[in-house]
Amino acid sequence: MAHKFPSDAWIKALMEDLNKSAAYAEAAKTWEGDFYFVVEPGGTLDKTVLLYMDLWHGNCRNAFEVADESAKTPVFRMSAPVAIWKKVLTKKLDPIQGLVTGQLKLKGNMAMVMKSVKAAKELVESCTRIETEFPV
Amino acid sequence: MWFFNSPEIVFGEESLSYVERLEGKRAFIVTDAVVSKLGHAARVQAALQAAGLEVAVFDGVEPDPSIETARAGAARMAEFQPDWIVGLGGGSALDAAKAMWVLYERPDMDPEGINPMERLNLRSKARFLAIPTTSGTGSEATWAMVLTNVGERRKLGLGNREAMPDMAILDPSFAMSMPPRVTADTGMDALTHAIEGFTCQWHNDFSDGLCLKAAQLVFEFLPRAYQNGADVEARSKMHNAATIAGLGFGNAMASLAHGMGHSLGGVLHVPHGRGVSLFLPYTIEFCARGEPGCTRYGDMAHFLNLPCTTEPEAAAKLAAAVRQLQLALDQPRTIAACGIARADFERELDLLVSNAGNDNQTVTCTRIPDDNEMRRLFEYAYEGKSIDF
Repeated sequence: MAHKFPSDAWIKALMEDLNKSAAYAEAAKTWEGDFYFVVEPGGTLDKTVLLYMDLWHGNCRNAFEVADESAKTPVFRMSAPVAIWKKVLTKKLDPIQGLVTGQLKLKGNMAMVMKSVKAAKELVESCTRIETEFPV
Repeated sequence: MWFFNSPEIVFGEESLSYVERLEGKRAFIVTDAVVSKLGHAARVQAALQAAGLEVAVFDGVEPDPSIETARAGAARMAEFQPDWIVGLGGGSALDAAKAMWVLYERPDMDPEGINPMERLNLRSKARFLAIPTTSGTGSEATWAMVLTNVGERRKLGLGNREAMPDMAILDPSFAMSMPPRVTADTGMDALTHAIEGFTCQWHNDFSDGLCLKAAQLVFEFLPRAYQNGADVEARSKMHNAATIAGLGFGNAMASLAHGMGHSLGGVLHVPHGRGVSLFLPYTIEFCARGEPGCTRYGDMAHFLNLPCTTEPEAAAKLAAAVRQLQLALDQPRTIAACGIARADFERELDLLVSNAGNDNQTVTCTRIPDDNEMRRLFEYAYEGKSIDF
């Protein structure tokens, strides 16, 4: 079943997939840090959507859509227009190239990110396994 | 969207004299003790003084420079307040100089967090001149820098587009004093840049031609430079090849051989060029066995006049050509031949696999190995077995 992106159902599907992934568990075994994935409007998406993920030692402990940004204070905040997210999630844009070119914006502890590229790659791999319906 | 970045490049014999046209007040030379002892730092210092600049020299860069060295150099810069930073030496000196430059301009930064995503606002205090004394690193033409976290025994691939040198001076006279082993190690580093820049996932129309030309120059001139260090033409061509390869891979990416080489260097202290090039034939063979249509060894093999009709054949020919060149240069072709004892290798294998997997050059490979495959790659490279998986 296709999940609408961005939505609470989609981020929960991602959590389920991540927690089944041995490759992610191995790659992210030392990762400690939660995220806001911020999806900015485009196409039929007319408002910014915030998706929260709590990633800890190769496991996703919680994931849900957030109505108010102040609800959580995650360590990382990654944002982009929905069209860019679609390119990343359909493997048309390498997420690291997206970050380098500023199409994806990331705030947080960069030293930690620079040491964890494999975990990031596995996270994106997991995203691409979610059957997704995009608004653009 | 992507970028092409390059410094202004002054190349050829006597190009050091261009330094005398620099405008500024204070220049800070970053180099190492060997380069200093060879008199190279004094030559550059004299040229800068002829331009009317006051000069300070930091010659404390070690091979595989540490985060602590970067911090120490930046602290010296803060005292001297240069408006030119001059990186002079091989890859270690140039990379350390770039990191010091970033920390001088941005003392608030964690050196391990130097990343390509943030705006650094460099050049508010100083510009950067790179003068390579080896022919291989390409650091004079890239915005990347590799520092070592000594505690974690791990090399960190860092960088930011603003850290591209403003100018690179390629005076082959600096390369003439390289001993044969350094000539071979650094020259093979340039070849690895050229082949990986052409075959990584991030290759692009702007970088392709540079990588091809650099590979051609290395195959033709590196054996000559190795056999006869006084061969001025070979030295000049190799000096150019290294920078061309730097521009090529620096505007694309390197790949798996670099990820594995960084890991080997950080854990078992094999020199950078020797390490990355040791793995190159193995990683070519590994990638060639990946998903069909993802590699482009045929294009490179054709350009290098290696006869082949299929992509697997091209990969095999290219890997064989690299091994033949290694043989001609008396380079180690296995980890064992680098002098690493079996017991030491096995003790460190988990860390080697983990560090290589998390290297940011590994993830741009056309076939990214999982942990088990990475372990086998290291084991095969230890014994010198061709990749068959």
